[in-house]
Amino acid sequence: MSSTRRVTIAAGTLLLFSFVGSVLLLRQVDHLRTNATIEQVLFISSPRALKRMSLGYDGLLADIYWTRAVQYFGTAHHSTGNYELLYPLLNIATVLDPHLVPAYEFGANFVGPKPPNGAGQPEKAIALTEFGIRNNLNEWRLYYNLGFIHYTEMKNYSAAADAFARGSEVPGAHPFLRILAAQMAQHAGESDTARMLWTTTYQASQDPSIRANAVAHLRALRVDDEVTKLESTISLYRQKTGRSPSNFAELARAGLIGGVPLDPLGRPYNLTADGKLEVRSPDDLPFIQKGMPAGYVPPKRPKLLPSD
Amino acid sequence: MNGRIFQIASNTFREAVRDRVLYNLIAFALLMSGAAVLVGQISIDIERLVVINLGLTAISLFGTVIAIFVGIGLVSKEIDKRTLYTVLSRPVQRWEFIVGKFLGLAGTLTVNTFFMAIGVFASLLYVSHRLHRADGWVLAALYFIILQFLITTALALLFSSFSSPLMSAVFAFSLFVIGSFAEDLRGFAAMTGGLTKWLATGAAYLVPNFSALNVISSVAHQQPVSGHLILYNTAYAVVYSAMVLCGGILIFQHRNLK
Repeated sequence: MSSTRRVTIAAGTLLLFSFVGSVLLLRQVDHLRTNATIEQVLFISSPRALKRMSLGYDGLLADIYWTRAVQYFGTAHHSTGNYELLYPLLNIATVLDPHLVPAYEFGANFVGPKPPNGAGQPEKAIALTEFGIRNNLNEWRLYYNLGFIHYTEMKNYSAAADAFARGSEVPGAHPFLRILAAQMAQHAGESDTARMLWTTTYQASQDPSIRANAVAHLRALRVDDEVTKLESTISLYRQKTGRSPSNFAELARAGLIGGVPLDPLGRPYNLTADGKLEVRSPDDLPFIQKGMPAGYVPPKRPKLLPSD
Repeated sequence: MNGRIFQIASNTFREAVRDRVLYNLIAFALLMSGAAVLVGQISIDIERLVVINLGLTAISLFGTVIAIFVGIGLVSKEIDKRTLYTVLSRPVQRWEFIVGKFLGLAGTLTVNTFFMAIGVFASLLYVSHRLHRADGWVLAALYFIILQFLITTALALLFSSFSSPLMSAVFAFSLFVIGSFAEDLRGFAAMTGGLTKWLATGAAYLVPNFSALNVISSVAHQQPVSGHLILYNTAYAVVYSAMVLCGGILIFQHRNLK
């Protein structure tokens, strides 16, 4: 074997081993520095400074920050449940590119809600969305998002009505906006209004996280409605027979229901011995207000993302 | 075009190709194909936006780096290799040499941009499955990027005509950065008064305004580029490049090459 060939083989082998070694070592380093990326983000927290530093290539930088915001949310959701940096990341992304509409939508859905469903910063979510509206006057979805935050987080129904009404005047706006503006005045706290809101959220967004969140809320509303109705049925049965039903078959025999009622996931509801209704897997139905088994403690991390 | 200028320009183009300048296309192709495949998995609802922003930013940065690092060597390399004396011993004027070099590198960058543009549109087609009418505005952004290259090439040549390659690179890159802040400089001038205002205003108009040539973000959002902007930017880039080239010619004309 010639010396050149020997050197080639040795160097090639060494290169391969060095590469594998560096990858393994870097993985160890990553374990030691779990918050390194977050610290980097905080290092330059001023969106204006970043815009200057981008040398005019702010569009690409905005896309990078938007992607990081989504990844940060996913990572935090699966680990700490603390979304403290979600707003700063979205703020940077939207100042760099004020027309980045998906970032505003994400902020409206996940900056406002209380932990563990969001960052618990509704004022910042409103500020972000209003910034979005100022820069995208013809995006009806942003007015909708603003009304949505006022409705769900602030319970400020007049502000929500105002946002929906303004949004309904934008050309091409979803027809629900006009109805929602009217609903706010008289039926703000009713489940039909909430259902309409979450349905619009689902239809208006392509973001899988936002849609999964909307589906989880719609399922919860359905459970709450069904449990309320079934409780009325059980109460009626009690009035007729003077005792609680021990199973659904008795209610069916009495002609009050058609069969065993199923929750939105297709699992039968559980009727306890004392006539209480419960869902069988409450972990899969986050946000429900009714039908929770006695003593049930919700998980720290609700199942609201497609990856859950 | 003057035959001698054309000869110098085509030699500059051939030399750039021989120097493997167009190899950057491989890196660009890898970047765009990687981005097109990955973008759908890491971004939400903005795949098209990312491809345009990434593609045009990469074209602009790759081209600027080539314009600076090839441009700064266009004159000094000829002096070092002593080929300049052979050229100038023929019936070639010094200004023809500078203009020929400028056109040669500008041509190289245009060809480079053309191939990269094909890569951007191919990636766009991959992520969007079809091209939209508004994607045509990407061509306007690409045209502005070429105009930006004309100015950068002229600047690199200007510095190359009297300075060492290292210092030329520093000067050219500094002007590229300052040119990206040109509008801030003008804003700063508006806030001051007296002599400072005059100096700041003068500096703001003296440095190239690259920010006016950057419409990447707008076209990524399918916003149209006005015909007037295209017209004025074209005129600005031509006039500014001519001004810088004239400066380079003046210096080179009086430079003692012995």
